[in-house]
Amino acid sequence: MTSGLLAIQVGWGTTLAIKTIVILMLVPAGALILGYTFLLKVMSHMQSRLGPMDPGGFHGWFQLIGDGIKFIQKEDITPDQADRWVFAFAPAVVVISTFLTFLVIPAGPDIIVKDLNVGVFYALAVSSLSVIGVLMAGWASANKFSLLGALRAAAQLIAYELPLLLAVVGVVIQAGTMSLQGIVLAQSTQSIFGWNGIGFPFILTQFVGFGLFLVASQAELTQTPFDMPVAESELVAGYMVEYTGFRFLFFFIGEFGTAFAFAAISATLFLGGWALPASWGISVGVMRFLGPLVLFGKIMLVAFLMFWVRFTYPRLREDQLQAIAWKFLIPIGLANILLTGIFKVAF
Amino acid sequence: MSELKDTEAEPADPHALDEPHARLLARLGAELGDAVLEQEPCFGIPVVRIRRDSWRRAAEVAKVTLDCDFLSFISAIDWQPAPKEGDEDSSDTSSPVQPQDVTYGVAGSDGRFQVFAHVQSTFRNWGLTLKVDVDEHAMLAESWVPVYPGADWHERECWEMFGISFDEHPALRHLYLPSQFEGHPLRKDYVLLSRVVKPWPGLVDVEAMPDEPAADEPAADDAEGAGESDDSGGDPE
Amino acid sequence: MNLPPRASEAERSRASTGERVAASGVSPLATSEPMELDPRSFRHLADMQVNVELDTGDMILNLGPQHPATHGTLRIVVRLDGERVISADPIIGYMHRGYEKLTEFRTYPQITTLINRIDWLSSFANEVPFIAAAERLMGIEAPPRALYIRTILTELSRIATFLLFLGEMGLQVGALTPAFYGFRDREHILNLIEAATGGRFHPNFNRIGGLKDDLPWGWVNDTRTAMKTAFDACDTFEDLVAGNEIFEARTRSIGIIPAELGAAYGVSGSNLRASGVDWDLRRDGKPYLAYPEVDFRVWTHPDGDSFARYWVRLQETREAARIVLQLLDQLPSGPIMTKVPLIIKVPQGEIWVETENPLGQMGYYVVSKGATGPFRVKIRSASFSNVSILPWLLRGVYVPDVITILGSLYFILGDIDR
Repeated sequence: MTSGLLAIQVGWGTTLAIKTIVILMLVPAGALILGYTFLLKVMSHMQSRLGPMDPGGFHGWFQLIGDGIKFIQKEDITPDQADRWVFAFAPAVVVISTFLTFLVIPAGPDIIVKDLNVGVFYALAVSSLSVIGVLMAGWASANKFSLLGALRAAAQLIAYELPLLLAVVGVVIQAGTMSLQGIVLAQSTQSIFGWNGIGFPFILTQFVGFGLFLVASQAELTQTPFDMPVAESELVAGYMVEYTGFRFLFFFIGEFGTAFAFAAISATLFLGGWALPASWGISVGVMRFLGPLVLFGKIMLVAFLMFWVRFTYPRLREDQLQAIAWKFLIPIGLANILLTGIFKVAF
Repeated sequence: MSELKDTEAEPADPHALDEPHARLLARLGAELGDAVLEQEPCFGIPVVRIRRDSWRRAAEVAKVTLDCDFLSFISAIDWQPAPKEGDEDSSDTSSPVQPQDVTYGVAGSDGRFQVFAHVQSTFRNWGLTLKVDVDEHAMLAESWVPVYPGADWHERECWEMFGISFDEHPALRHLYLPSQFEGHPLRKDYVLLSRVVKPWPGLVDVEAMPDEPAADEPAADDAEGAGESDDSGGDPE
Repeated sequence: MNLPPRASEAERSRASTGERVAASGVSPLATSEPMELDPRSFRHLADMQVNVELDTGDMILNLGPQHPATHGTLRIVVRLDGERVISADPIIGYMHRGYEKLTEFRTYPQITTLINRIDWLSSFANEVPFIAAAERLMGIEAPPRALYIRTILTELSRIATFLLFLGEMGLQVGALTPAFYGFRDREHILNLIEAATGGRFHPNFNRIGGLKDDLPWGWVNDTRTAMKTAFDACDTFEDLVAGNEIFEARTRSIGIIPAELGAAYGVSGSNLRASGVDWDLRRDGKPYLAYPEVDFRVWTHPDGDSFARYWVRLQETREAARIVLQLLDQLPSGPIMTKVPLIIKVPQGEIWVETENPLGQMGYYVVSKGATGPFRVKIRSASFSNVSILPWLLRGVYVPDVITILGSLYFILGDIDR
């Protein structure tokens, strides 16, 4: 198998190993960057304060790494009544589902672990595995607050899978393919009524879908306004409350890694992913370097929106949350698909 | 605490009732008749001492006829003077020295304990203080809970602090203090615990869940084992 | 998104007679079924919470005493059916300091230090009724300048505590940001109080007969500037929190207190005014401090739900700022302390003094027998009565609504427990 840049022959196993290692480093690093930028600094400034400024000297950039080190050296406490193995494995389930999502996200012309031709379907399917992890965590913790949080989470995450999917179907109809790489290329090469100056990012026609996807991914990540499972002023971290040290770090990485993943998916589906418009005539070789940076920039944009909403809005009560999903978002999603189908055939 | 304009110094009686309060007092007297044992104005608010068996009726009259819909508080007072704090340390001037003779307050009293309450009207700008004597040996008074639901917690506090029981109160149990506390702190013969070292039970101090019976019987507090919670914690006694 | 409907007039008037409680004379708690579990079979209390089977029975949840939502060490034992509360039992006393007993062993100036700490967010306002009681029993009056400054400081503490409330109510409902804004805007007020009295939280500035010191130079202008900040802060909160649709959905029709029932429970202050009762001790009670000299409006709201309580406090913050500005314009000159003897002995008598504190109606019933300290002081604190309505109020609501209701009633633990 040849990697295009450097013509070195490496075997299939080595390629897989390299890709796996890169993903395993990418997810925590992405989580770290997201966490630092948005959680610590942007949130701080929105709340009229500075955030940690000392660790590392320049605006406290070392804070999260220091936090990670702190978590690692903490005592691992398992409650007496907890179901030992389920308790231990629950964070792993959440993190595994995060890592699996990254297998299909393209970061460049061939920087992708595996370009599945059902990429979108696969990504959304594995991201919903985290529900199982949450339920395991809440039940095994042997704590009523955790249980309440887990049950709320189960109901919420399942309910919001549907708007997520419906939002994406519109994009798939427009692109004609479920493969994420194909969707990126479709946005980059198609043109708007004959003008291909900026390609055709699907957000222009799928703005309803974009909004739907953002709202639904906000709920999937259990972020305010949908953070009932982790309602800090009630349940004090909900299903995560009994976890300490490294296990909590797993949940943390899972949360921010999934945020990173969802931001990446929405950037790919709606904003054009790693690609710049094909009409700009940038060669594939340059895009191999530029692609990840472009994607990163778009991820930051989407993540900014998500976290901005997170810090501004109060949280919805569980029944109101369900009402919004079932009575409001799903009909809009269905209407969106209908319209997209009509327009696709018409134009 | 009011007039800021300069007036010619005419010493007005600070206790005098203004016209609405005088009317209020008159109507109360008319309704209750001889259940009113004594009445006296006190800095503009009528203070009325009620006969023991008419305590709840007085509340009904106040709420329904006199439009006093707001229950401010119900509390109790122990008129016995505090015992002198030991004759050793007469140089200890940390506490104010209270007179040792027994005097009663406004509207008098029949004995050592009294329950007093203040009710007001939210729309008529008048208020009323009611007092009732409590027999020292029976320690029983009529409960106001059927009339003012908020009396629930006030009466629990009276029971807890003074030992006064209220009939028809749904559940007289401890409010502030742990359920195994002995004694009634606000009585004058109860020492100030910070002046006296009281040995703490020393074991795990576990509070029972509120639905559990038995740990909180009224008037059964001194007999119960002094906080002996053994290792099976929340056991009702 | 459908906002929940507001309670109809019929519903509210039906509930307002408090039929279920008053007629039977039995507290709601006494009618709940006994627990099926035998407590003796558990080693310690934590077990009992954990091993409850969840098939059909109710779940008992302990909110507190360590809990971020309960403003301190308040414990509420709720019995849940899924997410609905069947019964709630607040357990207080985790912060009981025995103030009423302590006052029997303290002189009057020493008591001033104690009672500062009852409601620690608006601590200046706690001292005012007690000092007034002592002064009236002694038959002295503080000079006008002292009265004006006392009023200004009381209103400043009202603004300070309400700004915090406006921020942290958002926090209870889930918005992380308003709490920080509340703290930030409060700093201006606290700086003023510190400049005048030396202490941000516990000024201990009142003396029987007046005040300890006069105001520092430039304080009046600083206060005027700070009032502008307070107005801006109120506008921000009105937009950011009260105008937020999710906040409205979470607070409208939640925790409706019918006016008559609230009065019968002793709920006072903004909570009662949010149920439509037009009663404010600054205007309606016995005149005290400098309130007769200023014009102010008493705000009420007909709904009686959590949103109404938030809205009323928002308006009252603005009103307090207006009062302060009026008082600053009228501030008289003169002494700040009348002549009082060195050792203060209050003559024999009894008095009841009540004031409109930020949390509600606070009053002191002082019984004096002529000594240097009182014979008995009954401290009537507002939050005690405000919280006593919780067993009635929390039936049938969802768990998140419990937090909303607790936040909207705005109690301070020191005020409940004394």
